[in-house]
Amino acid sequence: MFEGVPLTWFLITGTIMFFVGVYGFLVRKNLITILMSIELILNSVNINFVAFNKILYPDHLEGMFFTIFIIAVAAAEASVAIAIIINIYRRLVNIDVEKINEMKY
Amino acid sequence: MIDFSFTVWILLIPLVVFVLVGLFGNRFKPIVSGVIGTSGLFVIWVLSLFTAYKYFFVLEKAADGSFQKLLAVNTVWLNLTDKLHVDLGVLLDPISVMMLIVITTVSFMAHLYSIGYMHGEKGFSRFFATLSLFSFSMLGLVVATNIFQMYIFWELVGVSSYLLIGFYYTRDSAVAASKKAFIVTRFADLGFLIGILILSYTTGTFDFITLTSSNSPAFSSGQGIWFLGMSTMTWSMIFIFMGGAGKSAMFPLHIWLPDAMEGPTPVSALIHAATMVVAGVYLVARMFPIYIHEPAALDIVAWVGAFTSLFAAVIACTQLDIKRVLAYSTMSQIGYMMLALGVSGYGGHNGLGYMASMFHLFTHAFFKALLFLGAGAIIHAVHSNYMNEMGGLRKYLPITHLTFLIACLAIAGIPPFAGFFSKDEILVAAFHHNKALFTIEYIVAGLTAFYMFRLYYSVFWRKEVHYHHTPHEAPATMTIPLIFLALGSVFTGFIPFSKLVTSDGLPFEIHTEWMVAIPSILVAVVGIAIATFLYRKDNNMPQRITTALGGFYTAAFHKFYIDEVYLFITKKIIFNYISRPIAWFDRHIVDGTMNGVAFVTNEASDRIKKLQSGQLQQYALVFVSGTVFLALLFIYLWTN
Repeated sequence: MFEGVPLTWFLITGTIMFFVGVYGFLVRKNLITILMSIELILNSVNINFVAFNKILYPDHLEGMFFTIFIIAVAAAEASVAIAIIINIYRRLVNIDVEKINEMKY
Repeated sequence: MIDFSFTVWILLIPLVVFVLVGLFGNRFKPIVSGVIGTSGLFVIWVLSLFTAYKYFFVLEKAADGSFQKLLAVNTVWLNLTDKLHVDLGVLLDPISVMMLIVITTVSFMAHLYSIGYMHGEKGFSRFFATLSLFSFSMLGLVVATNIFQMYIFWELVGVSSYLLIGFYYTRDSAVAASKKAFIVTRFADLGFLIGILILSYTTGTFDFITLTSSNSPAFSSGQGIWFLGMSTMTWSMIFIFMGGAGKSAMFPLHIWLPDAMEGPTPVSALIHAATMVVAGVYLVARMFPIYIHEPAALDIVAWVGAFTSLFAAVIACTQLDIKRVLAYSTMSQIGYMMLALGVSGYGGHNGLGYMASMFHLFTHAFFKALLFLGAGAIIHAVHSNYMNEMGGLRKYLPITHLTFLIACLAIAGIPPFAGFFSKDEILVAAFHHNKALFTIEYIVAGLTAFYMFRLYYSVFWRKEVHYHHTPHEAPATMTIPLIFLALGSVFTGFIPFSKLVTSDGLPFEIHTEWMVAIPSILVAVVGIAIATFLYRKDNNMPQRITTALGGFYTAAFHKFYIDEVYLFITKKIIFNYISRPIAWFDRHIVDGTMNGVAFVTNEASDRIKKLQSGQLQQYALVFVSGTVFLALLFIYLWTN
């Protein structure tokens, strides 16, 4: 399907996605957006796994399986995170990360 | 061979009584505690008499005809090394058996007397519990098989003495006196402990039988090591004597004894006249075979004893509190005993001083306990300790009067009362050893007669003073001990001590040396005569004499300002120049270091706590930057 697409392209895409995710994580104020940034980071890793697996070791399936695991874990993580966010909202009527600073010194 | 293992009950019964009365005393009626305590003492009194009978008259002698030293009971308590172990047990030899009799007799009498004397007092059960504790500790002390066991019980008698002096704990003076007694004797016991450590270090044993046997390690070891001109053995004996001097109220560690009279009178009779205060004499007697090899230490014993006896006798002549007169008299008589040990030799007739010391200890216990119990009866009757508030009491207290008179005659050394025989032996021993010591004791004999009869006449004769209510004779529980002890004061002088209690256990013959005895009787009679002249009727002679003596009288009345000297040394010198700098060091250096560490930590954390801002994205930024930095670092390292 991807015959002829070099590995580097996949890696560049992954890296861009990763840093977009990191950037979003660091600068966005909305907790939901931060969660989305985390998903971006995870998915950039997934791309790397799949690409490496397909191009370097076509006979193996470990990369694929790992990706499926990560998707499952990310789904679980997202549900927990959203539950937390909803609870925070109920308590503080706010999901701005800068205003949620109860746990400090 | 007779089994003496029953003697362990002499120790256990008072301990059981102490625990029983001490724990459950509040649930009993007071009289029940009294009866339990007294009957316990009665049982061990009988046991002790039985032991003495078996020991002196039934038990076969050792091969050379001397009394055996017998380990009746022995258990290893602390196994320090193969050679050095601390045992607990019962050692029977002539002096310990004699002490068993003295302690149980006087203690039984004091218990019986206390039922009457302490009647209606708050803390009646507590009193009897502590009295039993004391009896237990004192008995444990005398039967100790080794010096370590002796030290344990030595401290226990100190504690029970402390508890009993402070019995009236609501009275400030009693509290102060109990603390003083405890601290002074404790200070002396420090010397004792050092002595024990030196002794056990050089000889490698605590055991009395080993230490005092003829080939004792104490004679061979430690002689070669010298310190300040004396061998370590001499030093250890001097330190051990320091402990004995503290307990026996020898100058200059005597200051606690007069104050200890704050305790109830039966306590003064039992602890501070008859038993605990002679523990020092007993200790020196116990270690005597070693002392005899250390003439320097023995000389110190003799001179301290002689000086104390003179010093205390002079003070006794000036005091007005009858119990204090008796306290100084006790010090003076214990000085006699110490002196007798100090001038004694070892073996046979040379050991006369040793025998005389033990003899005087024995007879003194009877007449001094009697004097104190009599004083208690007097105080009970007139509710005052001061002899200038007494007078003409002989009509009201006939039994007390008669028994008190017997005791006074006994202590003054008038034949045929007990004190004459024992004091005479001491004088003979001193006469043959050192004429200067003999002269001192001779003067003290006169002074003793004088101050005892001063007391006697002031209390029982003179014009009657006005009493708030008519004094009445004490109840039977108080008069029976008086009568019994009076009989003891009359007859104990006839016990042939030289056949029973001697330095090497071999009996020897004594005969009264009239060249010493007649002048000593004369000087006693002169003392009594002067007292009769001055105090029998009210006159102004004593007043004129005190005025004539001026400064000397004032000094003696104030006990030669020894207490003030102690206060000066402790408060002005030790507190100011030692304690305060140490306190400063503790507060500023030791505490300061700790406070400084805490302060620095506190400040530092205060500064850096802002890092924990609660801003999630700040943390993430730090984390990401750190990761990036590390990644770059590793890349840099690997590529090179």
